[in-house]
Amino acid sequence: MRQSVVPVLTVVCGIFLVWYVAAIWLNAPWAYDKATRTGDVLTTQTLIADTWSQEKPKLPAPHQVGAEIWETTVEKKITSKRSLIYHSWVTLSATLLGFGLGTGLGIALAVGIVYNRTMDMSVMPWVIASQTIPILAIAPMIIVVLNAVGISGLLPKAMISMYLSFFPVVVGMVKGLRSPDAMQLDQMRTWNASPSQMFWRLRLPSSMPYLFTSLKIAMAASLVGAIVGELPTGAVAGLGARLLAGSYYGQTIQIWSALIMAAVLAAALVALIGLAQRVTLKRMGMA
Amino acid sequence: MQDAALRLPDEGERRSVISARHLDLTFQTNDGPVHALKDVSLEIEKGEFVSFIGPSGCGKTTFLRCMADLEHPTGGEITVNGISPAEARASRAYGYVFQAAGLYPWRTIAGNIRLPLEIMGYSKTDQNARVSRVLDLVELSGFENKFPWQLSGGMQQRASIARALAFDADILLMDEPFGALDEIVRDHLNEQLLKLWERTEKTIAFVTHSIPEAVYLSTKIVVMSPRPGRITDVIDSPLPKERPLDIRDTPEFLEVAHRVREGLRAGHLDE
Repeated sequence: MRQSVVPVLTVVCGIFLVWYVAAIWLNAPWAYDKATRTGDVLTTQTLIADTWSQEKPKLPAPHQVGAEIWETTVEKKITSKRSLIYHSWVTLSATLLGFGLGTGLGIALAVGIVYNRTMDMSVMPWVIASQTIPILAIAPMIIVVLNAVGISGLLPKAMISMYLSFFPVVVGMVKGLRSPDAMQLDQMRTWNASPSQMFWRLRLPSSMPYLFTSLKIAMAASLVGAIVGELPTGAVAGLGARLLAGSYYGQTIQIWSALIMAAVLAAALVALIGLAQRVTLKRMGMA
Repeated sequence: MQDAALRLPDEGERRSVISARHLDLTFQTNDGPVHALKDVSLEIEKGEFVSFIGPSGCGKTTFLRCMADLEHPTGGEITVNGISPAEARASRAYGYVFQAAGLYPWRTIAGNIRLPLEIMGYSKTDQNARVSRVLDLVELSGFENKFPWQLSGGMQQRASIARALAFDADILLMDEPFGALDEIVRDHLNEQLLKLWERTEKTIAFVTHSIPEAVYLSTKIVVMSPRPGRITDVIDSPLPKERPLDIRDTPEFLEVAHRVREGLRAGHLDE
């Protein structure tokens, strides 16, 4: 742990340095514009100070984003429509529901593919085709169609999450359920084991390392799905709504703070799965 | 096989456990048919310890797998306990030990031995009694709650033998079970296996690459040769049932080993 502190800090410092320099470069034209209009003369110092504190900068400086996040998480009440925690929760709930549905669908399809020859021959091409369609194109359709049959709110967003997250689970679980070698399968045959005994006692436990790897990818995809799902609903609530509203009104600081919040959320969720993976595989003697 | 005729008198006691008559097995591959077994006939009697020895591709493992219903002959006839291998498998007539121990890393040693018992639907109390009995048989008592990775390769293979013994099948089919172990461990396990065979009175079919191992363990040695896989010699061992490790230096032992080696060489020259 300790050895990784220095390299990580170095990289973070590097990112901040590039970020601040880029902010000067990108926001300078606007600063010059303002100065020409007011007739002020910009010294290097006043130029830098201006580029790092504009209200609607092309690229907000890190401390501006930090201040915005602080303001909208700690200082706002969670129930407020301006609270980033509130919006994160809206996105998180859709992410988790979609992740659950996607994992369930993915495992079910994988079991079908492994145990049913017809499904083995036919399902995979469709699964792959489903992922070649841009999610941005299909998301509004899902929202509109589900809305027409009276389903709105959390579920449509979760469906889009599911659409993105079942894919890695199918691929990983097909591989995982097929991971027992010929000898292990023969061994089960010598005991005259039934297909269900073979599944629960051999195939499923063997697939665990593959499942967890897939779940990490699926979780990140779920979050993306939930955010994309929030865009066509008219930006009512959620991190996606914050992104959209921010871009309508040129609130770049708001956009960046929502982006960073989404990244933190994804990192936390994936880390949580990583923890579950370590604990489970260690207990199973497979780590 | 000539020797078998000499011992015919006690017909009543002799019971053929595995009987193969003119067994053929041809695999269809892209390079044309491969004759894994051709015209293989053999009788294994109750309580015998039979070794199969020969170079790779001689069909010794395939023959064992035919007995276990893991491979299906394309010609001839084979019975196990008087019934077809498929029926014998369904009635759990044999325990099979593979070259790799194949223990599940997520189960303890006791859990691994319990696995076939769970599958076969034994009661919990019966399971526990059987686990401790077979662990005792392979001298692994006290290791119930260890995980496979905590055991050496030899101990893992003993656990896998215990697992094959747990459901009281009369036949033990072993496919190079000690092939991956070093010489010293192997000697020790051979000695233990003989004791176990004596105590449990199982019929054992044992595939091996090693001449000393085959001669040391067996009451009957079946020498096979490849392309097509066939039996070239069947040797009834003159060695006594009681076999300390140093029996391997006696003239009788060396004579049998010599005959096995000759058989293997003869099979080789045929090519």
